[in-house]
Amino acid sequence: MDVIIPQILNGLDKGSAYALIALGLTLIFGTLGVVNFAHGALFMIGAFCSVALSKLLSVSYVTEDPTQKDFLGNPLKVETPYVESWFGPEVGGAIIDWSVPLAILFSIPIMIVVGLVMERGLIKHFYKRPHADQILVTFGLAIILQELVRGIYGANPIQTPAPDAFKGSVDFGAAFGFDPNVIIYPYWRMIYFFFSAVVIGGVFAFLQFTTFGMVVRAGMADRATVGLLGINIDRRFTIMFAIAAVVAGWAGVMYAPINAPNYHMGMDFLVLSFVVVVVGGMGSLPGAVAAGFLLGILESFASMTAVKEVLDGIDQIIIYLVAIIILLTRPRGLMGKKGVMED
Amino acid sequence: MLGLDKKDTGLLLVVVVLALFAPFILNLFPTNSGMAFFNGGYPDLMQRFAIFGIFAIGFNILFGLTGYLSFGHAAFLGVGSYAAVWMFKLLNFNILPGLVLSVIAAGLLSVLIGYISLRRSGIYFSILTLAFAQMMYAIAYSDLLGRWLGTTITNGETGLQIYNDDPQILLGNGPNVPHLFGLEMRSKVDLALGPWNFTFPVGYYLCAILLILAFYLSIRIFRSPFGLMLRAIKSNQTRMMYTGLNAKPYTLAAFVISGMYAGLAGGLLAAMDPLAGAERMYWTESGAVVIMTILGGVGTLIGPILGAGTIKYMENIISKMNESLLDSWFAFLPDWLQHAVVWVATWFTGEGWHMTQGLLFMLVIIFLPGGLVEGGQKLTGLFGRKRAQTQTKTEPAE
Repeated sequence: MDVIIPQILNGLDKGSAYALIALGLTLIFGTLGVVNFAHGALFMIGAFCSVALSKLLSVSYVTEDPTQKDFLGNPLKVETPYVESWFGPEVGGAIIDWSVPLAILFSIPIMIVVGLVMERGLIKHFYKRPHADQILVTFGLAIILQELVRGIYGANPIQTPAPDAFKGSVDFGAAFGFDPNVIIYPYWRMIYFFFSAVVIGGVFAFLQFTTFGMVVRAGMADRATVGLLGINIDRRFTIMFAIAAVVAGWAGVMYAPINAPNYHMGMDFLVLSFVVVVVGGMGSLPGAVAAGFLLGILESFASMTAVKEVLDGIDQIIIYLVAIIILLTRPRGLMGKKGVMED
Repeated sequence: MLGLDKKDTGLLLVVVVLALFAPFILNLFPTNSGMAFFNGGYPDLMQRFAIFGIFAIGFNILFGLTGYLSFGHAAFLGVGSYAAVWMFKLLNFNILPGLVLSVIAAGLLSVLIGYISLRRSGIYFSILTLAFAQMMYAIAYSDLLGRWLGTTITNGETGLQIYNDDPQILLGNGPNVPHLFGLEMRSKVDLALGPWNFTFPVGYYLCAILLILAFYLSIRIFRSPFGLMLRAIKSNQTRMMYTGLNAKPYTLAAFVISGMYAGLAGGLLAAMDPLAGAERMYWTESGAVVIMTILGGVGTLIGPILGAGTIKYMENIISKMNESLLDSWFAFLPDWLQHAVVWVATWFTGEGWHMTQGLLFMLVIIFLPGGLVEGGQKLTGLFGRKRAQTQTKTEPAE
């Protein structure tokens, strides 16, 4: 058990990211029928929202402190962030420290605007075009977004630490009667998992228990009929696109402390997220979430030493291998419905 | 001529002339003039034109005719390269066995991948091929195959190279660089005509001849009953199956043919420069060949060559532009305007080449889904000339 539990825990945070991205992808598939290759870029933009906010909050002005001298004998230059001077050092310091969680709020307007502009400006014109065209145009868009971020923030990963309160790890095993320090799990990863669970739950609740969600679900089932009933389904689908963008953005915001954001992280996650969507069953929201966690955990099991001794390096190809096997044995994926995106 | 009708013969002749006279066509500007920067007639770039032309022609046989969008063709390119370098390592630097093996290896791999992936169509097919290609990339990048067998197959991150202690059992006194029966790929003939300098590299001409052959073969495939069958698959596979035809063998054949083209291109890449790395198999490389094909014109004969040429030319020229060069170009502007223009231009040049690529790609898909060939047709239509069109009719991808 003390070998298996850490692997499950390790798989959870990556699985959460897969699940959140795949959830958004599936929402877009299901509503607009569009294959969005730029979804990884939304994830990346979210991560850079964290970076941007923490840089923005740390913008400082320089004062000279006459009481202290630097090594040349000149008055010491002290950098004080504006935030600290406005709110006092304690509150200001806390705000800077908490920049990543604050970026969750900061990212909402950004992701909504990006999502709406993307949908109204580009994807709207591709509803009727073949899937190949949708893939290619969003692929082009993803390249552009990625290059924009590289132009602004450079090619190197940017460390974005979590708040001090969440540094360190929880001794998971001790709580369940194992020896101490056998199963430890960083706080932030645990928070990431709970955060994504809440977001996923929220999206499902929104679709299940609100009138808006009901209309969207009806539109996913039969768009033409809902339109004939006099409901402006396009507008609702556009809003769903923005929501999917926010979900992908949040996945990125919270992922920043786990993996320092770099400009190509979106592309790296995108391919795997597509595999996750296909394994889960195209158009199936629970399938996407389940497959996300499943593949995340599977990947972490494959990187166990015991497994690696049998087949070295299997962790790098296991997801693709499993995806291929599932697609061939269950062509609709784990939870795919009949008639949804069959070809 | 050669079993082609008049129009196709004309098209073939155009490609032959373009390919054979490329050293002239690409070196339009005198060597000392300011425009010499735009010359593309150096061996490395010309070879890339021809090699990626072959790659795109092959890809077009699958995507253009059957409409199946493969997002994993880079895997075959990479396998071709590895196969060729292994032949160099084991036998000698003669490229013939390398090229033959690269085609065979890519063909075998494409039979396997194609057989499995073609059980699905549409978006599933794209993602299956993408998954396969990424798997191949991971295997090559970490040399998993080598690790399982306890030896070196792809040499992982470093890439496969030729070392002095390689067996090379047939090397003898033969040349120590890639050659074809003694004709070294690197050798070239220079010709100075007044202020112009032209280079005729051996390696390029080998690639060009193979490009012409590949193009001829693709015309024959397009015009054959087999090609017609592939078009039928694209336009309505269900109806085709109702008439009692099994579409799968045809699609698989198209997939394997295009895989072998990719393998040949990969082998040629290794023949021009004897090393192979995993980055050739990364999925964005698969995206690049899709871009080339679409930019030129999907489903047209000459489109892929034009697309490959345009992309490779722009990639080389644009990524060469740096800030000081741009500064000197825009020096005639007032200072503030010069800085502004250069600032904007640096986003799209040098390292920003990918930005230009993405932009170009979006613009083509949005405004010109038929690619350059369609653009050319529209232009000729605009001027109302009844010239014999050298292109076949454009059929946009399904």
